[in-house]
Amino acid sequence: MEGMSLTVIGLGIIVLGASLGIGRIGQAAMEAMARQPEISSKIQTAMIVIAALIEGAALFAIVVAWLKG
Amino acid sequence: MRALKNLVFLLLFFVPVLAFAAPEETKEDAPEFDVTGMIMHHIGDAYDFHIISFTNGRGEKVHVSLPLPVIIWHEGHLQIFMSSRFQGGAALVAAGDDYLKLYHEKVYLTDAEGTIYYDDAHQVLNPKPLNLSITKNVASMLLASLLLAMVFISVARVYAKRGGLSVPKGLQLAIEPVVLYIRDDIVGAQIDKDKVNKFLPFLLTVFFFIWFNNMLGLIPFFPGGANMSGNISFTLTLAVFTFFATNLFGSRHYWKEILWPPGAPVYVKLFLIPIEFIGMFTKPFALMLRLFANITAGHIIVLSLTSIIFVLQSIYVAPLSVLLSLMIFSLEFLVALLQAYIFTLLSALFIGLAVNEHH
Amino acid sequence: MGILTPDPGLVFWTSLSFITLLLILRKYAWKPILRALKVREEYIEFSLKDAEQAKEEIRKMAETRKQMMNAARLEREGLIREARELKEEIIEEARAAAKLEAARMVEKAREQIDRERKEAVANIRQQVGLMSLEIAEKILKEELVSEEKQQSVIEKYLQQVDFN
Repeated sequence: MEGMSLTVIGLGIIVLGASLGIGRIGQAAMEAMARQPEISSKIQTAMIVIAALIEGAALFAIVVAWLKG
Repeated sequence: MRALKNLVFLLLFFVPVLAFAAPEETKEDAPEFDVTGMIMHHIGDAYDFHIISFTNGRGEKVHVSLPLPVIIWHEGHLQIFMSSRFQGGAALVAAGDDYLKLYHEKVYLTDAEGTIYYDDAHQVLNPKPLNLSITKNVASMLLASLLLAMVFISVARVYAKRGGLSVPKGLQLAIEPVVLYIRDDIVGAQIDKDKVNKFLPFLLTVFFFIWFNNMLGLIPFFPGGANMSGNISFTLTLAVFTFFATNLFGSRHYWKEILWPPGAPVYVKLFLIPIEFIGMFTKPFALMLRLFANITAGHIIVLSLTSIIFVLQSIYVAPLSVLLSLMIFSLEFLVALLQAYIFTLLSALFIGLAVNEHH
Repeated sequence: MGILTPDPGLVFWTSLSFITLLLILRKYAWKPILRALKVREEYIEFSLKDAEQAKEEIRKMAETRKQMMNAARLEREGLIREARELKEEIIEEARAAAKLEAARMVEKAREQIDRERKEAVANIRQQVGLMSLEIAEKILKEELVSEEKQQSVIEKYLQQVDFN
């Protein structure tokens, strides 16, 4: 049970980090789109790609936490 | 229209095969509701397609389910039989010198008594045969594939018959904008123009295959409800296909970037090569995990929210629980589309990085 | 964990159905659909080009029409101006001719009047002369009945007459 709770805390930290990162990407992308609406589709693609990279790292961490927990 | 008719016909064809498993006595004191077990059972695989369970007039619990074919390759013999022969795990099926036992929705090889051996961590030690059974997930995926083929071939036939110049109607109207979006905004934006046609069929198939499987998994009753696109085997296979599409068609420039990164001093190169090499595998690996985690998490959340009613054993939380569940459910419809989109976009991006000429 | 372990059976069936689906759809679905879409796009592009051309043609025709109308207007104006000029010329000519004629006629009339007056004057002069002669004859007849009277008159005349 102790291991489980540590895992849960770890998962919380992972999600916190990932959501902070993705939130910052979203913020930057929104601002860029507002400034240059004409290239918003390109910005959107780049946003999704970078968010996916962060999400990938977070998923790795989650899987490792799950396997170890 | 014909596709729908075919589907109805298909279902009618299968109904006579429905097996009614032997009713089991309901236990007097109902055990505590096992949420984790229920959820794990749902997101896992099964050898029969559960349709409905109810308690009949005599207080017996009846499970109605569609038995599915079990295909086992053991000791050079192919064995095909319906999963109803397992009788829910109660009966052994002979396979050569050994016996097959269904235990916790997995088929193990046992001796004639059906003994199951455990290790210290309560993991089953019995060996597994090579199992190519049409499980619940496979059946669901085959149904999705069938639907997909019927929808798109019928639409393609309409296109062929009426020509591209006529005003689209019916299913064409639903499919055309999606196909155009994938062609122009997902694939066309990532891959060089002269190579788009080479990868477009693959990426279109990936998109619709994932989307159809996701949607079928979200249907909460019989033909749907399997967690195929949230199964690691499914996402692994698709990620491997993307891996092959990326690396088999990679340009000389792509390989140079991996094996001898240009524009860096030699000691940095020695440092970069392993990173680039690992990067080749982490990209599809992340694709695999992303789809698996998103779809499985969606199923788990919906089920957990519904389970609140049974955990608290109170009818009064039902409205809240159902409302939350519905909210997540509608979000899952978006996620089903979004994950198909992201998988396709990232596949197109990786392929584009590999095959595009250096600008 | 169980759910993180890939199952060979599922991998096999997923690969099989995905590859089958890819082959079938590529031949019987994506090819016709993508071709039809391409045909439509090319048709639209062609139509747009066509429309552009037609527009250009219409613009040219309008230009030509405008030019023609301009030319016609210019020609008409020229004609009108010409006609007006001609008219004025004719009027001018007629006026000049009339003036000339009038002057001629006046001249003629004057000449005639002159002539006639001269004739008349001559006539009158003749008449007056004749009448004077008659009168003088009568007077002389009256006056010169006596000798001396005749004498005095002759003298008077003679005095008056200058012989140098």
